[in-house]
Amino acid sequence: MKFGIVTFPGSNCDDDAYVAVTEALGATGIRLWHKDHDLQGVDVVILPGGFSYGDYLRAGAIARFSPIMREVIAHAERGAPVLGICNGFQIACEAHLLPGALLRNASLQFVSDMVTLRVENATTRFTNRYDAGQLLRIPVAHGDGRFTIDAEGLSALEDRGQVVFRYVDSTGATTDAANPNASLDNIAGIVNARGNVLGMMPHPERAVDAALGSTDGLALFESMLAAVAA
Amino acid sequence: MGATPRAGDPAITPELVAEHGLTPDEYERLVRLLGRVPTYTELGVVSALWNEHCSYKHSKPVLRTLPTTAPYVLQGPGENAGVIAVGDGLAVAFKIESHNHPSAVEPYQGAATGVGGILRDVFTMGARPIAMLNSLRFGSLDSARVRWLFAGVVKGVGDYGNCVGVPTVAGEVVFDPAYEGNPLVNAMCVGLMREDELITAKAEGVGNPIIAVGARTGRDGIHGASFASEDLTEASEAKRPRVQVGDPFTEKLLLEASLELIRSGHIVAIQDMGAAGLTSSSAEMAARGDVGVTIDTSKVPVRETGMTPYEILLSESQERMLVVAHKGRELEVKAILEKWDLTAEVIGEVIAEPVYRVTEGAHVVAEFPGSKLVTECPVYHPEAREGETVKALRARDPHAVPPRPEEADPLWTLTQLLSSPTIASKAWVFRQYDSTVRASTIVGPGSADAAVVRLPGTNKALALKTDCNGRYVYLEPRTGGQIAVAEAARNVACTGARPMAITNCLNFGNPKRPEVFHQFREAVGGMGDACRALGTPVTGGNVSLYNESPVSVVYPTPTIGMVGLIDDISHVTRAGFVNDGDTIILLGDCTDELGASEYLSRIHGLTIGAPPRCDLDGERRLIDLLLDCGRAGWIVSAHDCSDGGFAVALAECAMLERDKQVGVDVDLSDWAHLSARALLFGEAQGRIIVSTTAPGDVLAAARTGHVPARVIGRVGAPDGTFRIRHSTGVVESPVDTLAAAFHDAIPLIMTQIAAATTIESPRSDASEE
Repeated sequence: MKFGIVTFPGSNCDDDAYVAVTEALGATGIRLWHKDHDLQGVDVVILPGGFSYGDYLRAGAIARFSPIMREVIAHAERGAPVLGICNGFQIACEAHLLPGALLRNASLQFVSDMVTLRVENATTRFTNRYDAGQLLRIPVAHGDGRFTIDAEGLSALEDRGQVVFRYVDSTGATTDAANPNASLDNIAGIVNARGNVLGMMPHPERAVDAALGSTDGLALFESMLAAVAA
Repeated sequence: MGATPRAGDPAITPELVAEHGLTPDEYERLVRLLGRVPTYTELGVVSALWNEHCSYKHSKPVLRTLPTTAPYVLQGPGENAGVIAVGDGLAVAFKIESHNHPSAVEPYQGAATGVGGILRDVFTMGARPIAMLNSLRFGSLDSARVRWLFAGVVKGVGDYGNCVGVPTVAGEVVFDPAYEGNPLVNAMCVGLMREDELITAKAEGVGNPIIAVGARTGRDGIHGASFASEDLTEASEAKRPRVQVGDPFTEKLLLEASLELIRSGHIVAIQDMGAAGLTSSSAEMAARGDVGVTIDTSKVPVRETGMTPYEILLSESQERMLVVAHKGRELEVKAILEKWDLTAEVIGEVIAEPVYRVTEGAHVVAEFPGSKLVTECPVYHPEAREGETVKALRARDPHAVPPRPEEADPLWTLTQLLSSPTIASKAWVFRQYDSTVRASTIVGPGSADAAVVRLPGTNKALALKTDCNGRYVYLEPRTGGQIAVAEAARNVACTGARPMAITNCLNFGNPKRPEVFHQFREAVGGMGDACRALGTPVTGGNVSLYNESPVSVVYPTPTIGMVGLIDDISHVTRAGFVNDGDTIILLGDCTDELGASEYLSRIHGLTIGAPPRCDLDGERRLIDLLLDCGRAGWIVSAHDCSDGGFAVALAECAMLERDKQVGVDVDLSDWAHLSARALLFGEAQGRIIVSTTAPGDVLAAARTGHVPARVIGRVGAPDGTFRIRHSTGVVESPVDTLAAAFHDAIPLIMTQIAAATTIESPRSDASEE
């Protein structure tokens, strides 16, 4: 099972994703360069966090035009899995792999913190190793993480179970205080209608090592392993 | 051959010389060096190299007194950063640097480019940056302008480091009227490499090409280093254009390209074009290699047309590097830069002739004999004399200060101190810094006395901390210098680390004033005392003088950046109490010392008395004891007593992390001979509050190790109560109330920021971009 991790100019969580996949998960990691057109036969594509093209113009807006995105989009259209983390979520939205958009945090400040997520849908190929309603501790670090979508789009997301993670407090309640960026309905992560593209603002690759305080992100990678093997 | 003026160069007049910051004596020295009148370009070059920022002309003789060696020091002062070996073939490069003056007039860009500069200093050594720290000082947050500076600096630090993808893991923020007109912005970077990847900035090999890489050169930041070498005045606002503009995206590309270049073996040396830009980087590389260089400014990639050699040489455009490559590898170097969408142009070469020559095409515009232009700078030994004001302040007896009526309730005093912005939680600040990128942060900001960052592929970690108490240094510079080092050492030891080495950032006033030079000499002397006693050599740093403004002279502030090593990450310790029932032990002893305390400053508005005594041998024994007990697995938490004294430290142990509050019951009646306020709020040094499951073992080890130690209480109290009993009363409160005072203080103040931004700076929109 091969995970491909794309490096755009300005990606800065590509190393972390690579280490999570290869060391914590024990799978094969393949580094993919943004100027290339070859996905090298990977099963999963990870669009990592960072500041691709400096977030200039708009987060993710330039990276979606990188040469490799043509192949990433084709990969997704074949129904193969794509995981967009943080800046990768933003790129996936800009590339129309996912609905909605990510706005500047309501505080107008970058927010770096450990947050609590509630698993809303444990049947996706990214979350099958979690239980529905399970609470996860995973860090966030972003300036543009406020998910938004029009009312029609939101009800479509809800109806089809496309909301995968929400920000909650320690009791599992969706409060404003638990929502680090004022995302619509506390949404932290969504999948596309087909269920093969996941975008999330929190960083599961930073939660795979007990020494760093949480291993709650590991099951996300294990879920993909299980789904592809199945 | 010699340099001749360009058409259009201004004539060299005494006024022009003075504008370039050269004294008449220094100008005479230059004329003697050249054997003729300098060209305008040469005057610019020398003004850049002989200012304080680049030449250390006032500080060098004093800095030489610092210890700089240990068996594990691979690179001491004089390079872009110091380097120590940490075992397993790994080495750590680290350095701290100031960006005070730019941040005083343009906080966002000033702070951002400060972070950019120190990152480059570390990755030019061949190390990948793995952690950033900072040390920030501002005036009182009561001032709208200070709030604007504070918010802008924090955002600048965050935006730059976050974008490059280096976690900002620790720091300190201090507020005191002494920094009102002249904030201090010190940034520290720590990088990791294999020992064999170490590269220096020493030009070598006649015929080797000199290559400019990275961003193009523009007209920004010309004379930035000279600006940093004079007092701030009303006119400083007009020098805002001297502040450079940062581009962290380009920095990230330059970081990756530089490391790839260094690993490729195609290059001999690499140096950041930082302060004084191309001039300083090329002259320093030549001096280190003892070779000549020639540079053609017409080959330097520029952003705009019509730039003169003078401008190209002195530009401080950011995100640029100067590289000496092996002859014949030019194309390989260019290919690596092109991969990262950056430019690389050959602009000169290393020559046998001992000369520093700059041409514009064929026209020689500057030429200095010898390879040591940098070291030709005059060295001064200014007069040093302690100021009478300070002597008088120090002589005042803090115990004679009558308590305020409110102090009848010591809980009031404690709450005031916990909500003092210097002591209060800095979560408002560090929530804006990505502290977890690179997935190696074991302890980030706000939960321990130092940050802990794992060394990938090993079971080891680094403990990192910046520290200084400027008020102590002001009132008694030698003791203050000792304490700055000792406290930083104690902080890393509290996490389980052996203190290894320091970098320092020496922020002082105008050295030509005898009382300032006295502070400088004594504080550095004190640092040296402590470094020798604690076995932590100085591997480099930065001197920032002239931190004065019409409003204030800063407290002398020698910021210490400490690196400690943890052999086994299972021994990492945090500050907060964990388990109900654990025994609380105070290592070290309480005294009647109250001078120079945060208590006097916050409650009485006074900066008086002598700072607490510093017993360096005792500090060493304390650190050894703590590390031994930690390795034995006896220590559950450890927190040192510093600003605000014992009561503040104990409260922090109970609620440093807001979601991990615990009750506390402590009895201090053993110290009945001390006044309650000295006992609770005095800042006696060498004290650490630990919680333990093995009190008998800790006490026995303390006896053997000759460290005073006493069981003072227990973690956990009914209903989350915080209680300190002492011989004349009790301080008692729900922990939650103390937590609110500590955690809400800065957010409450900063809710006023929107108004402050519009009132104070019409430019804030641009600066908050």
